[in-house]
This record gives sequence, structure tokens and C-alpha cells, in this order.
Amino acid sequence: MNTNWIRIAPTSQIPPREGRAVLIGDREIALFNLGPSTAAGNQFLATDNQCPHQGGPLCDGIVTGTSVVCPLHAWKVNLETGQVERPTHGKDHCVATYPTRVEDGIVLIELPSAAARAGEAA
Amino acid sequence: MKRLVVVGNGMAGMACLEQILKYAPQFEVTVFGDETHVNYNRIMLSSVLAGEKAADDIVLNSIEWYQRHHIDLRVGIRIVDVDADAKTVTGSDGSVTPYDTLLLATGSSAWMPRIDGLDKDGVFAFRTLEDTRALIERSGPGVKAVVIGGGLLGLEAARGLQVQGCDVTVVHLMPTLMERQLDPDGGYYLLGKMEEMGISVLLGRTTTAILGNGHVEGVALSDDTCMEADVVVVAAGIRPNIDLAIKAGVFVQRGIVVNDFMETSHPDIFAVGECVEHRGICYGLVAPLYEQGKVLAATITGNRGATYEGTVQAAKLKIMGVDVFSAGDWSEQHAEPVRFEDRALGIYKKLTVRDGKLVGAILVGDVSDSHRYMEWLRSSADISGQRRHLLFPPPAADGGLDVAQMADGETVCGCLGVTKGTIITAIHERGVNTMSQLKECTRASTSCGSCTSLCQGLLRAVAPEFEDERKTVICGCLPFAEDKLRDILRSQQLRSVQDVLEIYGNGVGCEICKPALSYMLDMLWCGDHDEDRSARFINDRVHANIQKDGTFSVIPRIRGGVTSADELRRIADVADKYNVPMVKITGSQRIDLLGIKKADLPSVWADLGMPSGQAYTKGVRMVKTCVGTDFCRFGTQDSTTAGVEMERRFEQLFTPHKVKMGAVGCPRNCAEATVKDIGLIGVEGGWQVVVGGAAGKSVRKADLLATVETTEQALEASELFFQYYRENANYLERTYDFVERLGIEKVRKETVYAAEATRAALLDRLKKSKARARDAWQEGIEPKTPAQFIPLIPIDTPVGSGLSRTSAEISA
Repeated sequence: MNTNWIRIAPTSQIPPREGRAVLIGDREIALFNLGPSTAAGNQFLATDNQCPHQGGPLCDGIVTGTSVVCPLHAWKVNLETGQVERPTHGKDHCVATYPTRVEDGIVLIELPSAAARAGEAA
Repeated sequence: MKRLVVVGNGMAGMACLEQILKYAPQFEVTVFGDETHVNYNRIMLSSVLAGEKAADDIVLNSIEWYQRHHIDLRVGIRIVDVDADAKTVTGSDGSVTPYDTLLLATGSSAWMPRIDGLDKDGVFAFRTLEDTRALIERSGPGVKAVVIGGGLLGLEAARGLQVQGCDVTVVHLMPTLMERQLDPDGGYYLLGKMEEMGISVLLGRTTTAILGNGHVEGVALSDDTCMEADVVVVAAGIRPNIDLAIKAGVFVQRGIVVNDFMETSHPDIFAVGECVEHRGICYGLVAPLYEQGKVLAATITGNRGATYEGTVQAAKLKIMGVDVFSAGDWSEQHAEPVRFEDRALGIYKKLTVRDGKLVGAILVGDVSDSHRYMEWLRSSADISGQRRHLLFPPPAADGGLDVAQMADGETVCGCLGVTKGTIITAIHERGVNTMSQLKECTRASTSCGSCTSLCQGLLRAVAPEFEDERKTVICGCLPFAEDKLRDILRSQQLRSVQDVLEIYGNGVGCEICKPALSYMLDMLWCGDHDEDRSARFINDRVHANIQKDGTFSVIPRIRGGVTSADELRRIADVADKYNVPMVKITGSQRIDLLGIKKADLPSVWADLGMPSGQAYTKGVRMVKTCVGTDFCRFGTQDSTTAGVEMERRFEQLFTPHKVKMGAVGCPRNCAEATVKDIGLIGVEGGWQVVVGGAAGKSVRKADLLATVETTEQALEASELFFQYYRENANYLERTYDFVERLGIEKVRKETVYAAEATRAALLDRLKKSKARARDAWQEGIEPKTPAQFIPLIPIDTPVGSGLSRTSAEISA
């Protein structure tokens, strides 16, 4: 599958256990640094920035483990799966997640290619 | 009256004495203790080391108790000799005391294995409060500690030292941990948990020498390796103290030998606790000594009849987050093992069943059923009918059922042998309604405390006016009441939220505890803490109030509601420049600019040229004022000046919840001071200072704190209350709940009527905090974190068609 890895910013731009909004085109992605103590998995995770509840900015939430709590109404979203954990757990509400990796101190986010997206939309 | 001399002021001696005092008085009692304290709960020393309890919290018998019972207590004196013929004991101070009856409750001491260099400075045992205090003093961040012994005591010491900040290594002779209480599998699970906590464990190795020149610098191990150490704790086992018994000519083996009536070989000399050997067993745990004490009390008072037939040995590891329970005979010889284990959950359970009866149990990772197993062990109940529910009990219909299902004769408090029936009798006949009354009355739950929830369940179900005294725990991440937590943070010198969570909590935290901890640390260290913005709500990261659309509201400080044409012009210019969708006069005599984008905040603040009004935070909001004597024909005091000054003194500080204040020049109360957190009310010849008022979610008229003559006195009374509230309220507790909870009398007594030194200390801490406080909006010029206000712009632009087109396609 054709994919796009996009270099976003030096890791130091996102303090541990905080998130930052990333503007890519007219899309807003929330990029989180889960902090060094995360034993397993990726330290940086990316999701869409809008809470599935009322569109609150997830990047402004408090990070708790591998989840974030939306600052507006405290919905809790799992950053690894994109699924809402609170108030109700389930797949009905979820946000898109994006693969990330770190290369030479820069965080990269992988966006689906235009073709893949078109496929999804269809 | 006969003279009873008790040698040993520890748990066994005093528990036995308590039992003796229940009989008709027949003794003049003298107690000798070689430690310099009243009797304390030795098994809680690990909690003291871990900072969960203070030394005072573990006192079992206060000095008043000794006085009330006319007991001659002599502390700091070690009995060095017994003359069984002359019936005297000789103290380390040379004193000779005659007795008619002698009770030896000499306990045990740390067994010191043969290791070179044990006399070096920095080597400790872990048996007494003194040891514990010395250890706390010597430990700290970066200190390397080696604990010799991976048994119950060694592991508790290791955890305590780690909480104190030490890098801890446990060296254990045997191939698995706690081998006396756990089978190898159980030991393996425990090992995983200790290592998860960051404690290193070296198994199957002995320490051969303590290295160092005068003081500890390292240890040498049997595998010919050496490791650095600043502190060494020897917890390799205990040995009954039997020297005095030998001197008295009493028959001893490993311990002082007693029969089922708790009699020694000598008719006038008795013994109880860890120093005795009964049916070949020397007990090192707490429950047996209470049972022995009861029997001995009967025998010694001439009521010989009750017998002691041994105790089912049970042990619980007291390390927060590491649940370990072991009881009875869990060896699999002649018994059927029943097992459950789950490595991912870290849970291991094993029961041993013989002839349809439970004979042993090991629980690691989940000890919620320990009480059930203990009861089965004690009563030798036939459990063949419950084989399907041995490891997991059938789900109860409701939470209270467990207590309801217990028989009256069933033991609730295993340490002190208090039954359900005893507790119910106490509730009905002695009017017990609270946990502390129950403790006082029955002693239940005063030892290890593991039956607390059962006792509370009983109280809740039976006591007519049950009062739950449990203080609020912030959330599940951190299992402490807030006042306890403040003590811990202070005594452990913790300054960062993440440290607190990693040492005392689940390492992760949540949106509830993190802001609470952030507040506490800021308050406790007067601003000299490690500020961690990730632990703060977004409002406190960008110093503005987030709105439903993700934009922010900006309210500059307008002290006392007094502004100027200049300021108003700047506000109007900002409203124009940033197309502010709404400009609103607030109920707090301030101006709110709504709908500001996060990225615009720094330049909005710069353009306003005014400090932050803190309208977004749990902190000092404002002082609402009336026009006072300057213009008003009724005014008796200059409330405007007083209010502006008050706002200056408190602004920029954080508080458990928002603090809104008011100052009015006369009792007409135009600025509503009587419904503010702190209010100044001008009266003829002075001020009334009122606190705890509210006109929000709750409506409450403020209570009078003090009536004073001068403005300065009024401000000082406000400062005292303000700092007292900061230090003592729970997070998110408004002053109206706080004052209501404590009662205004208590608040007065501890603020305006407190001793000079107390008041000075409150004001001093407030001054320190204030000296460190800054206008948060200065971060517009010097951001605290990278990209604090602005979104990240990717280094790369998307490849190919670009994402903006892609998005457009989707929306199309």
C-alpha cells in the first residue's frame, strides 16, 4: 500500500504526557508524547484532534497512561485504539489513529495515501 | 496486693496486661521497657519507614493508659538479671526491684548472621522505632541500600527504604523469596512484583562481608561479587530473647518453654509472646501473642482453666500494592493442592485441602479472600460442599451479605480475636457508632488493620447512627486521604507529581488526581516545587478558560473592579483587532473577552498590558468592592482601597478551589461580601471579617471570623484564614464546605485565635508563596514549554496530492 510518512517536529517540541495539535493541510491531528515511562509500545501516538463527543480538542486533554481525557466533558479516549473508554466503552464512538515513529529525533506520522483514502471513502 | 513485674513493654506484654486488668485487681504492676517509648505497634514499623504512618500513629498504649491503671512504667531500663530465689530483678541502672510474680515478655531480637564488618557504621537491624528513625535519617534519594534477608521483614524494609528514595537491593540466601510463607511458585510471583516496583533482588546468595573503612561502603557476596552500599539492613531472622530466663533457671530450648496453661517450669515466673516456645513452636507473628496473653491472664490471676493450643500461622505482607497472604500448612505432602495462576494479572493462589478441610493457603496478587480462608482454617470447617467455589467465591447478592452471613461466633479481627458477636454487643450495649469508638471499645482492627472494612460493614449494618469517618480518597490512582497525602508529600520531600504517582500511586495518574497533586505540591513547597504542566488542566497550561468550541476566554485583572479610561481603550482595541465575538461584563466586576484562539493568547495579553485575572483556575479570582467612603454617603470604611489591597496580597496564588472575595463599606452590603469566600464588612469603628459564604451552586451566609478595628487587622485576619484554607482544605473543596465541615469555632481557634507562633508561621508561608508567585501571562513572552500556544507545523508537506485535497475529496 502506498503511504506517506511525514516528518512533523523534533520530539522535544512535545513535552512528556502532553499533546500538541498538528496542522496538516486542513486536517488537525493530535500528537501525544506518552512520556518515557511507557514500558511497552510507542511513546508518541497520533489521533484526530476532535473528540467524538462534541469535537473538543483532544490535544489539550490530560494524558492518563495511554488514554487522554477531553478537556470539555471528560470523555476518555484510548490513543492506541482510538476507541472511547468513557462514558461508554465501545466502537460506536472512535477517532482515527495514525501510525508514528521517531527517526533522528524527529516524530513522523504516517498518513494514508490519497488512493487508500479514496478507497475508504468509497 | 501482690507485686507483678513485667519485663518487656512490647505488644505481647501489654496485650497480656490488658487481659490481666480485666480480672479483679490483685497486682501492683511495674513494667520495664528497654526502649524509651510507650508500647507501640511493632508490626507497623514498616509503615513508618514507608512514610504512611507517623511514629505517634502507631502508639498502642498511651502514657495516660499506664497512669489510669496505676502501672509503674519504667522506660529506658533493661533488666539485666533475675534472682529467682530472692525474687528480684536488677535493672541496667543498678536498681533492684522485688516481685511476687514475674512476667517475661522479652520478645526477640534480630538474628545477626556471621558476616564480617557488621559493626560498621551504617549497618542496621529493623526491629525498633529507634532503628526505624535512624534508617529514615540515613536514607534518601541516591542512597544505595542493601537489605540482607528476603523474608517478610526484609521485603517490608526494602520497600520502605525505596519509598525514602534509596536504590534498594535485597540479598537472599534461599532460591525464592519468603520461603517460610510461600512455595516456590508464590515466591516467583512475589519476585516479579518486587522487581516491578524497582527493587533489585539477588537470590541464592549470601553476604560474606560488609566492606568499608569505619562506615559501610559496600558488601561482598558469596559469588565473589561486590556491590556498593551506603546502608545495610540485616533482616535475616529473629531469635527469642531467653537470657533472663536462663539466668532465672527456667527451662528453655529455642524459646522459654511453656505448657498449654502458659506456665513455665517455675511457678512464679511466666512468659508470653515471641520469647516463648509452645509445643515446639516459637511464633514470630502477632495473632498468637494475643491468644497466649488471654490464657496467661487467666492462669496468672488464679483462674487457671483456659488453654492455649497453638495458633494457625498466618502472615500478610504489608506493602502497598503487593498483596501477599499465607496461612497454615501449604505443603503438598498428604494434601490436595488447588491452584490458580495468571501471569498477566500477577495472581497466584494455592489452597491445600486434606480430608475435606482447608489446611493451608497462599495468595499473591489478590488477597481479597484471605478472611474466608482464615475462618475455614481456624474452624476446620468441612468445605467439601464448596469445592467449586474454593478459589472464587460465588457472587454475593449484595455487598453487605458477607457480613450478614457470618455467624456470631466468627472472628472478625484475627489479631485480637474479636468476634462478630462481641462487636454487635458493643454496638448495642455501649452505643458504638464510629470506627474509632469501636476500636476503643473492642480493640478490633487496632493491630494489622486488615479487618477494617469488615468492621465498617458491621457498623454500617447494625449501628443505628453509623458515621463513616473515612476521609475522601482523591481517586483510585492514589489510595490516600488528602490529609494523609499532604503529610506524606511533606515528610518524603516529594516535589513532582510524577514522583508521587510512581512511588505511592499507580504510576499513571488521571485527570482527577494530577491537578490535585499539582495544587498540593505548589502549596506545600510555597511554589518551590517541580511544576509539571502535563499534570495541569488545559486552563492552567495556557492561562485562559477553554470554551465549548475550543477557543478561550480572557479576563484581565481589574483589582477591586476599579479600571481606567486607558485600560478600557486597550480592551476595546483588542476586541477590534482580534474580532472578539463577545465582550462581556462579568458578575465579578471584570471584563471578559470571549472566543480568543489559543495561538492569539500571547499577543492579546501583550496588547492588553494587564495582568492575568486568573478567571480560569482554582485560585484567587477577585475582590468585589463598593465605592465605600470615597463617594458613598453611607460608607463607614474605605472598602475600595481595602479591596484593591486585599486583591494585591492574594492575587497570583492558587487555592483548593476558586476564591472570590468582597469588601463593602457598610452593612448594606452592596458588593455582597456576606456571600463571598472571604468578605470584609465595614462597620462604624472597624471591620467584620466573614468567611465561607457562597452564592453559586450553594447559597450560604458567611460566618463571622473576627471583628477588628483597623484595615490592616482585617487584612491580616483574611490572610490567616486564606492560608489556613490553602493548607487544610481538600482539593476542590470551596470555603463554604470547608468552614461547614470544620465548624467556625475550630477555624477561629486555629487562625485568628491561634498562638502567636502559629499565626506567624501561617503568614510566613503565605509570604513565601507570594514571593514566588508570578503573573501567569508573562508566559506569553517566555513560554514554559515549546509550542505552548501554537499548533505544530510539519517539517514536511504531504507528498503527492497533499492532504488538503484529500480532505476535500472526503467531504465531497
